[in-house]
Amino acid sequence: MSSQTQYKDLEPDEAYAFKPEDLEPDEMILNMGPQHPSTHGVLRIELKTDGEIVKDAQPHIGYLHRNFEKHAENIDYQGVIPFTDRMDYVGSMNNSLTYAVAVEKLMEIEVNERVQSIRVITSELQRIASHLLALGTYGMDIGAFTPFLHSFREREKILDLFEWLCGARLLYNYNWIGGLSHDLPNQWTDRAKIFLDQFEPVIDELDNLLSYNKIFTKRTADVGIIPPERAVGYALTGPNLRGSGIKWDIRKEDPYCGYEKYEFDVPVGQGRYGPIGSCWDRYYVRVEEMRQSVRITRQAIEQMPAEGDVRETVPKRVKPKPGEAYGRTEAPRGELGFYVVSDGGLIPYRVKGRSPCFVAMSIFREIAKGEMIADMIAIIGSLDIVLGEIDR
Amino acid sequence: MGLKRPDLETKISNLLSPLVVAGAGGALVLIALVPQLAALIREQLQANLSPTAAAVAASAIGVGATVFLVGQLPVFLIWFERKVAAHIQDRLGPMRVGWHGVLQSFADGIKLVFKEDIIVNGADRFLFKLAPFLVLMGAFSAFAVLPWHTGLVVSDLNIGLLYVVAITSLGSIGLLMAGWASNNKYALYGGMRSAAQMVSYEIPTAIVILSVVVQVGSLNLQDVISAQLGGFGNFANWHIFRLYGLNVIGFVLFFICGLAETNRSPFDIPEAESELVAGFHTEYSGIRFGLFFLAEYGAMFFVAGLTVVLYLGGWSGPFFEGPLVFFIKTLALVFVQMWLRWTLPRLRVDQLMALCWKYVIPFAFLVLLVAALASAGAS
Repeated sequence: MSSQTQYKDLEPDEAYAFKPEDLEPDEMILNMGPQHPSTHGVLRIELKTDGEIVKDAQPHIGYLHRNFEKHAENIDYQGVIPFTDRMDYVGSMNNSLTYAVAVEKLMEIEVNERVQSIRVITSELQRIASHLLALGTYGMDIGAFTPFLHSFREREKILDLFEWLCGARLLYNYNWIGGLSHDLPNQWTDRAKIFLDQFEPVIDELDNLLSYNKIFTKRTADVGIIPPERAVGYALTGPNLRGSGIKWDIRKEDPYCGYEKYEFDVPVGQGRYGPIGSCWDRYYVRVEEMRQSVRITRQAIEQMPAEGDVRETVPKRVKPKPGEAYGRTEAPRGELGFYVVSDGGLIPYRVKGRSPCFVAMSIFREIAKGEMIADMIAIIGSLDIVLGEIDR
Repeated sequence: MGLKRPDLETKISNLLSPLVVAGAGGALVLIALVPQLAALIREQLQANLSPTAAAVAASAIGVGATVFLVGQLPVFLIWFERKVAAHIQDRLGPMRVGWHGVLQSFADGIKLVFKEDIIVNGADRFLFKLAPFLVLMGAFSAFAVLPWHTGLVVSDLNIGLLYVVAITSLGSIGLLMAGWASNNKYALYGGMRSAAQMVSYEIPTAIVILSVVVQVGSLNLQDVISAQLGGFGNFANWHIFRLYGLNVIGFVLFFICGLAETNRSPFDIPEAESELVAGFHTEYSGIRFGLFFLAEYGAMFFVAGLTVVLYLGGWSGPFFEGPLVFFIKTLALVFVQMWLRWTLPRLRVDQLMALCWKYVIPFAFLVLLVAALASAGAS
């Protein structure tokens, strides 16, 4: 190859699922990503297009692979937690919580009620923050820039609360095995309550600005429809599954951290502007979930015991007996699970992550066929993927 | 912590900000005084030169002044848009470069000029270089017929509106050219989208313009304005209030078409940054990219100005009249364009076409039909 090799001289290699020689006349291969403003990270989608119509779409993942599972086999149990934080980097609290729940199950540790309440508060606030990011960027994908900044303004307040709590704004390392790294600071709950009070009207504001906007509903209500049976067939979880009208929430079905104590509803897609399971339904489930999260957080703050040591059950040395455990929680993006195997040593024998985004991505090809290029963006946004979690 | 000594940038900005603000104020005063100035200049020319030379010199001065004004407008409009966007989005916008960021556009302009001018491999170099100029030309030559006051127009064409319809479509050729020459699939999509969009929306634009032409009986923009003079408070005769209120529909349609023709949100699909990266100007950098930017803002101002001429009485007004009135009205419409951009999501390409062919064109025909019947009844 000379130094002046041009792109067109290069042979398409195995990185392409569609071959130029198989194309019909008028068809074209469009490479969307990995460097594209709207693929929510470094996702690459190969599109076979006919004009604006997408005939076929093949996602390619792995651009953010960081070897999480192999790392976990070479580091002690507590040391895995910062790595889990980096999986779904906009929902870190939930990730470390899930891993902590899994290892606690393995070691048969029962954390006290205060720890449980704080975990519920932080994970619900994290869910709000994560959904705000998802909804804001979704609006931006559809072309409305303003809701993005409005929702980031609110997310910032949650991050401020977390910063006060543990010093970090994105990757917290807060949930430890058997407890928490810090207790709540003085008056933290008061500040959190102030935030919740001013945040609830903001959801209505978002609704008026974006959710019921005629153009927005037109763009999303008939697009990317996942029928309920397909959603179950592809093992979707979280808002993606509930958007198709199926009531399934780990917090209700398999409660952890004392979620059975709190009253909340599980919002599902209603098919208000089109067929059930559309992008709009998935979007709106997230909006409703923020309302429910506010409700849960309020109850958790009310019911939290005033006394209790958050490191009461933190083991001096994490050395589980040989065995295995699967812990799962309802993360903002769906069912997040960690399968931890111990051989009795100080280092996990195996840690397997079950990431909801990876599973959600598997349905993309099926629902993308026949839609338009602009709809690709709408579908990716509505699945709310985070590449850190897909690639791990 | 003592006081920090101001660095060079701060000094420059402290020096330049008052100048720029004063310059903008001075420009407004100048715009207000343009009729007197023009009359003075014309008098002097006619006194000192032969009639032909005077006419040539007068139009040269007119062209020079317009080009200067239109060249400066985007600088202001870009700053204005960023401020409007910022305040809609609950933030401050540019604040660092000069007083409230007034020098930001100049800084950006300098940056664009000094950036490397990249032409990608495999691009059609000639078309790639030509395209931005064509787009800029389409946007700026339309200003030739925009009347600022009675007798104050670069070229008082008797087929002014026809010229406008013709010259603004030059831009779409430029966009298509840019998209094709870039050797980039996203740019190609952007170019094709813009061609489809502009060709479609030119039809309702022309029909709506025609409805005004039917009411006025002339294609000359000065005639369009003089038909709107007089009446209660000097604004009751504006076209928007006439034709049994149907002209309100015409006004809205024309405004929508104007948004589509200038590729502004919610019709910005040719440069939809979330779908097509940057659309037709994906591969452009430096000043060539800057030219597209200038053209966009120039076109925005022109479309708003044309709306003002057609429906809001041009330079006439209830208390004052003249170029400043025209400028303020146009700026108000430009503000509405920005407001919409930062509020609404973007349409999809098929919905855009459906909107054009299913809703805008039938209503445009309705307005034209009623206007034709009304003027036939009057005559």
